[in-house]
Amino acid sequence: MASLHHSSAVKAAKVLMVGAGGIGCELLKTLALSGFQDIHIIDMDTIEVSNLNRQFLFRQSHVGQSKAMVARDAVLRFRPNISITPYHANVKDSDFNVEFFKQFNVVLNGLDNLEARRHVNRLCLAAEVPLVESGTTGFLGQVTVHAKGKTECYECQPKPAPKTYPVCTITSTPSKFVHCIVWAKDLLFAKLFGDKNQENDLNVRSSDASNSPENGEDVFERRDNENIEQYGRRIYDHVFGYNIEVALSNQETWKNRNRPKPIYSRDVLPGKLNHQNGNVDKSCATDDLSSVSTMASLGLKNPQDVWSLAENTRVFLESLKLFFASREKEIGNLSFDKDDQLAVEFVTAAANIRAASFGIPLHSLFEAKGIAGNIVHAVATTNAVVAGLIVIEAIKVLKKDIDNYRMTYCLEHPSKKMLLMPVEPFEPNKSCCVCSKSPLSLEINTHHSKLRDFVEKIVKAELGMNSPIIMHGVTLLYEVGDDLEEDMIANYTANLEKVLSELPSSVIGGTMLTVEDLQQELTCNIYIKHREEFDEEKEPDGMVLSGWTQAPLEKKDDNKKLVGNGGSTSTALPTEGQKEVELVEISEETEISGKKRKQPGISGDETNNHNEIQKLDVVDDGEDDLVILDQCDIDKKKKKRLQ
Amino acid sequence: MNGEELTEQETALYDRQIRVWGADAQRRLSKSHILVYGMKGTAAEFCKNIVLAGVGSLTLVDDGAVTEDALSSNFLILPDENVCAEKTVAELCCNSLKVFNPMVRVSVEKGDLSSFGGDFFDRFDVVIVSCCTLMTKKSINEKCRKLSKRVAFYTVDCRNSCGEIFVDLQKHIYTKKKLDENNQPTTVECELQYPSFQESISVPWRTLPRRVSKLYFAMRVIERFEEAEGRNPGEISIEDLPAVLKLKKEICEAQSMNESHIPNALMERLVMGRREFPPVCAIIGGILGQEVIKAISGKGDPLQNFFFFDAMDGKGVIENISYPSLCN
Repeated sequence: MASLHHSSAVKAAKVLMVGAGGIGCELLKTLALSGFQDIHIIDMDTIEVSNLNRQFLFRQSHVGQSKAMVARDAVLRFRPNISITPYHANVKDSDFNVEFFKQFNVVLNGLDNLEARRHVNRLCLAAEVPLVESGTTGFLGQVTVHAKGKTECYECQPKPAPKTYPVCTITSTPSKFVHCIVWAKDLLFAKLFGDKNQENDLNVRSSDASNSPENGEDVFERRDNENIEQYGRRIYDHVFGYNIEVALSNQETWKNRNRPKPIYSRDVLPGKLNHQNGNVDKSCATDDLSSVSTMASLGLKNPQDVWSLAENTRVFLESLKLFFASREKEIGNLSFDKDDQLAVEFVTAAANIRAASFGIPLHSLFEAKGIAGNIVHAVATTNAVVAGLIVIEAIKVLKKDIDNYRMTYCLEHPSKKMLLMPVEPFEPNKSCCVCSKSPLSLEINTHHSKLRDFVEKIVKAELGMNSPIIMHGVTLLYEVGDDLEEDMIANYTANLEKVLSELPSSVIGGTMLTVEDLQQELTCNIYIKHREEFDEEKEPDGMVLSGWTQAPLEKKDDNKKLVGNGGSTSTALPTEGQKEVELVEISEETEISGKKRKQPGISGDETNNHNEIQKLDVVDDGEDDLVILDQCDIDKKKKKRLQ
Repeated sequence: MNGEELTEQETALYDRQIRVWGADAQRRLSKSHILVYGMKGTAAEFCKNIVLAGVGSLTLVDDGAVTEDALSSNFLILPDENVCAEKTVAELCCNSLKVFNPMVRVSVEKGDLSSFGGDFFDRFDVVIVSCCTLMTKKSINEKCRKLSKRVAFYTVDCRNSCGEIFVDLQKHIYTKKKLDENNQPTTVECELQYPSFQESISVPWRTLPRRVSKLYFAMRVIERFEEAEGRNPGEISIEDLPAVLKLKKEICEAQSMNESHIPNALMERLVMGRREFPPVCAIIGGILGQEVIKAISGKGDPLQNFFFFDAMDGKGVIENISYPSLCN
């Protein structure tokens, strides 16, 4: 295999990399060393300090610059004579259409989000270009190969949707720290510093009607005569004291739950905040808003410390003060940004105080930031290993060595002595709506649900289409496009607000809708089934897509899980304790169910039942080793094929 | 807390990896000293990884001049003729590595490693030897073992599209996360004993499990061949294949092992392995990086005691080559 340095297949290859981050840097380096001479690379991001622990092509001086461009320059320094074409752009841009993808022999993904992966998957299918997918989190990694017609496509196995939580858990009955973070970030921070016109669930809905606040007045608006400390304490007392008392008045809620304790600032911090006023003045004077920090102001040095209730209270009040003192102009426009130190401090404190109220363990700023910012923990070594594996698969693709394509898992703990475990890819899923074009069905209340709901939650979020066209027979109900005429736009705008049964071409039970995305060259036929009732908790969107769909996360703990559609709505607050975990959950107990590709000469039982675990012996005779998993313990992580 | 907090700069730079192994492990890394001998492609990958991880210092030993082979798989050497002409491989790599992480002290040591005494190796916490003769591997391993402080010892070799890592942590005490009886996460302390390289390769082949990676045996044959012929490591080519196969037969007979157990095709691939295969360098360099980080931080199960990767079958396998009494 070493002679591949001079392999004609590698030399002549034109390769597309999508992503120039953790995996991308390692991959570009290894491709260049391996003899690849024509590499294109797309990445829309710019370089940040936190990238530098692993994205080794970048330096401190590059912070703020385009990843794709800097990566290219860095690699050309040790391989000056190869061609690397960088694109500082979003792979979902219409420039990167099927024609663009067709020019490549193989596409290599180094992405960090599901949306982009699905989009690239569809374009590769349409262009008939093989795709090598990959992902890493901490010490875990995996590499998979997708060749149209021969293996599964990336979407054949349902990927877990981003985690969402029921509204009432966030607003009334949190039981985990992440619930408190979501409350602090998406409700309180948004209410205080974000767009005032946004709908906000902050005030607990209580069956007790007498809880309505002072009429006509917004509790969260600062009053004219209020100094900042009074304002801060009033907000504090309202959300941590009053709102809790109101919630407690509803006995039903707490029958089987621990009752929260209301917390008032006068009990936690009786005195006035009489510290370092000088610091506050100093921070006003400075132009560098990014250096305004509560921790600095209060002398809290270590982000790994877990603050006491009193310290959290100080941080809460001081952060509020600093926002008003030095960033007043931004108030009303702010959205939470994990790299905004002051915002992180405020959210940490608010989440911790709420946690204290509900008897949930408090967390450090470091931990809170990770949860609030969906930070992926990452190291260089896993990315390097995965990059090596990607190039090995890419070379197999170029040589059309189909029988040797492998999915490879990087494990943290060895399984059967293996840290790197190759597995044969699966055959395409016949009920995959992306590569097998099989139809779907949608249960929906056609008299209540609007076209807008269908477009946002089903077509865009769940089906991952960016620029959809929705047709009922020959009637265009909706489309997204650049060159639409005024009257068409008006028509579509009107349609969005109509319930399905009242559309120009009425959509009712039994209707077949066709949904297309021209850029992705994907068409889905959706059979509509009318249904009157939906479970508010389990089906908050009032729509259930089946036939092929994203599966909910199955976890060992029995917290109620919603099938989230990933979109941001007021009925389901999207958040994640961790960033979307793109990987199959890998552990020693992981077994991969599904139909394997048949190989001649494999010993052992081989059943072709879709829904059962394959029971096969490990074949182990030298060079021709194939790793086929033994039957492992049935595990909650088993993936089911949906029929 | 021992009062030696990570600086603000370290916390910002290492944020993503601190979320993997914790601040305490990061502190230990920042105090550790690593020695790497032999700067081919795999060693270069390892050095990149360990510098990014934030060790205290990294010392490189490789007095070789820059050759075509060196340039082919070592991305730390920039092909600038003026610069290359006067500097050794180690010096060029050192210059490149320094900029990956200004907080790590990267330096070069010149001379013949096998002539250095125990007091030299005592400066380090981890010693990695690559492209080393059998004799040198053994001798440096022994010098490390004689020191009162524990010096972790690793060998790493990549030939063609195969790679091997050997680990000797002597007596290693570490912690790892487990679930207790109530399924709650808890930390347990473990202890492992490792054999030396000499002890390990002395284990009779017929006593090893049948399923042991064939690459283990194949590498031992190549090692012995190069030693017998007085070759520099990696100084081997297809012309040597007949002699190598003859040696394989002899060794197998001596070990009472059927010689067909080690495929000739595998021997042929290794014999043609003067140049490393860059994807394998990345994989082996990555695994080695993770292992060294585990050893320094004292967190997580380190591999015991050999690791093999073969791009042909794509498996990365751990083999425990030791006498039963030393197994944990």
